[in-house]
Amino acid sequence: MSTTTATMGSTVDVTSRNVPRFGGFNSTMLGIELRRMLRNRRTIIFTLVFPAAMFFAFGGQSGWDEKVGSGNVAAYILVSMALYGAALTAAAGGAMVAIERSLGWSRSLRLTPLKPAVYILTKALVALTMGAIAVTVVNVAGIVQGKPSMPVGTWIACALLTVVCTLVFAALGVFIGYLVPGENAMQVLGPGLALFSFVGNVLIPITEGTTMWHVASFTPMFGVAEIARSPLTHELPWYAVLNAVVWLAIFIGGAAWRMSKDTARV
Amino acid sequence: MRVRGAARFADTVDDMTTQTAVSLRDVTKNFGDVEAVRGIDLDIAPGEVVAFLGPNGAGKTTTIDMLLGLSQPTSGEVEVMGMKPRDAIAHGLVSAVMQTGGLLKDMTVRETVAYMASLFANTESVDDVLKRSGISQLAARKVGKCSGGEQQRLRFALALLPDPALLLLDEPTTGMDVEGRRAFWGAIREDASRGRTVLFATHYLEEADQYADRIVLVSKGKVVADGTGSQVKALASGRTVRATWPAADVERLTALGGVDSVEVRGDTVHVHAKDTDTVARYLLSETNARDLEITARGLEEAFINLTGAQA
Ligand SMILES: Nc1ncnc2c1ncn2[C@@H]1O[C@H](COP(=O)(O)OP(=O)(O)OP(=O)(O)O)[C@@H](O)[C@H]1O
Ligand SMILES: [Mg+2]
Repeated sequence: MSTTTATMGSTVDVTSRNVPRFGGFNSTMLGIELRRMLRNRRTIIFTLVFPAAMFFAFGGQSGWDEKVGSGNVAAYILVSMALYGAALTAAAGGAMVAIERSLGWSRSLRLTPLKPAVYILTKALVALTMGAIAVTVVNVAGIVQGKPSMPVGTWIACALLTVVCTLVFAALGVFIGYLVPGENAMQVLGPGLALFSFVGNVLIPITEGTTMWHVASFTPMFGVAEIARSPLTHELPWYAVLNAVVWLAIFIGGAAWRMSKDTARV
Repeated sequence: MRVRGAARFADTVDDMTTQTAVSLRDVTKNFGDVEAVRGIDLDIAPGEVVAFLGPNGAGKTTTIDMLLGLSQPTSGEVEVMGMKPRDAIAHGLVSAVMQTGGLLKDMTVRETVAYMASLFANTESVDDVLKRSGISQLAARKVGKCSGGEQQRLRFALALLPDPALLLLDEPTTGMDVEGRRAFWGAIREDASRGRTVLFATHYLEEADQYADRIVLVSKGKVVADGTGSQVKALASGRTVRATWPAADVERLTALGGVDSVEVRGDTVHVHAKDTDTVARYLLSETNARDLEITARGLEEAFINLTGAQA
């Protein structure tokens, strides 16, 4: 009986098989990834609750009404806080790769036509979307509180730049996710990003020109923060842009390097 | 003008009759100084159901990983459906059921299948696959809430999605109860009867014998036997008689009917034989051998013998 099937040969016509377009990129997968993020209680706290609460805590400190560029101090804090929240969210999204890897999901994906770069791209898009939600929430918190003031155009420009800047931290999340096994990635990223925010002129103002400022200008939050606030401050030093570009390259390079090695057994 | 796709089509039609599902040519794989695979040659014809049978560390998983393009051989050629493993994967021609892991707990069963289905150019319908693997009623359940056996069915469903020409199974029934095993193999056999090529790794001779057309025995990174279930079973049949017998008469022993091999280690003698009764009767009645022990020869021992003979 089995010999008959053997001589019949395979019913699969090899020539009728194609390779998927766009390296496997598609909206079904993107939709499921987004739904997963929105279902995750921890991400929702990071995304919606935490950054907004931080803004309410820091956004009303004394001197909030002083002028900064084309707005006030509260606006400056609003943009910084939105960046912090979005960075945290994006990094958490990136770090999900770590959990997926420890569960062998990455290996399962290696058995499909999905290109690793496309997988990363999808994760990046999800992280961007989550970052955008975080930015929106903090901005709504700002509007509700009523203290931040800047022209609407500046407001929108800052928000958009912030979302783009979160890519740096999505890449960082992926990279750390690969370096630190399993659920521990967020234990590293949470305090790590808080630290970078403090020394990177995001959560507390650092006086320009001091030693602290020089140190700050080399840390990964510094560049993106300057970029995100530039429509408000009308200042964008060249080394801030360089800082953002170099850190993005380091994190993407690191993530790609770890990913390419990711065929090992789990 | 020759389009690449058209050229490939012509090639394939030409050697349609000779095409193999799996072709390994003198494949080796080292991990540092560990020689996990030490020169495997293997051809599997389309439609064959082949068991990869071997003890722990034989190199089964290492070989399967190379067939899936998850790792590169140190030397030699690996082809799947006439292509490089990664290309065969990209075309949805090969899929695998892994023993553990590979699923996300926070996704539902249906989401998992839909996600994977979206990654292939040609795929079966999600509902069909759910039904064929018997998990339609679980579609809305979170994967983390499914039992081990249910998760294994889900893995099987995922493997069926691209309608692969070759299905690789690495110890797929580990951890399943008897009923689960039977159902799983029933599904695999039914599937294979439609012409799918199946290669599965296992430790169990019974499983290999029952479900495979052909058994490839591997040990220490080499193929040590390749044949039908009954041929391989014959290798593992027989028993071993151990006795204390100083100055054993090896020649006399070897001449007894049904004796495969005789080993002397100091004062003890080990006799591998199909007919151990005759050996025992001889030892007890005609010699001063004592402390007789008769043990069934397991597969492990058959492996050791086979590899010993090959080395
Ligand atoms: N990444 C690795 N680094 C070093 N040695 C390895 C690695 N992977 C496998 N090995 C070794 O290669 C040999 C073959 O391993 P493999 O997993 O292929 O065996 P197997 O036949 O699948 O065994 P089992 O039945 O236990 O699953 C073993 O000795 C194993 O320790
Ligand atoms: Mg194995």
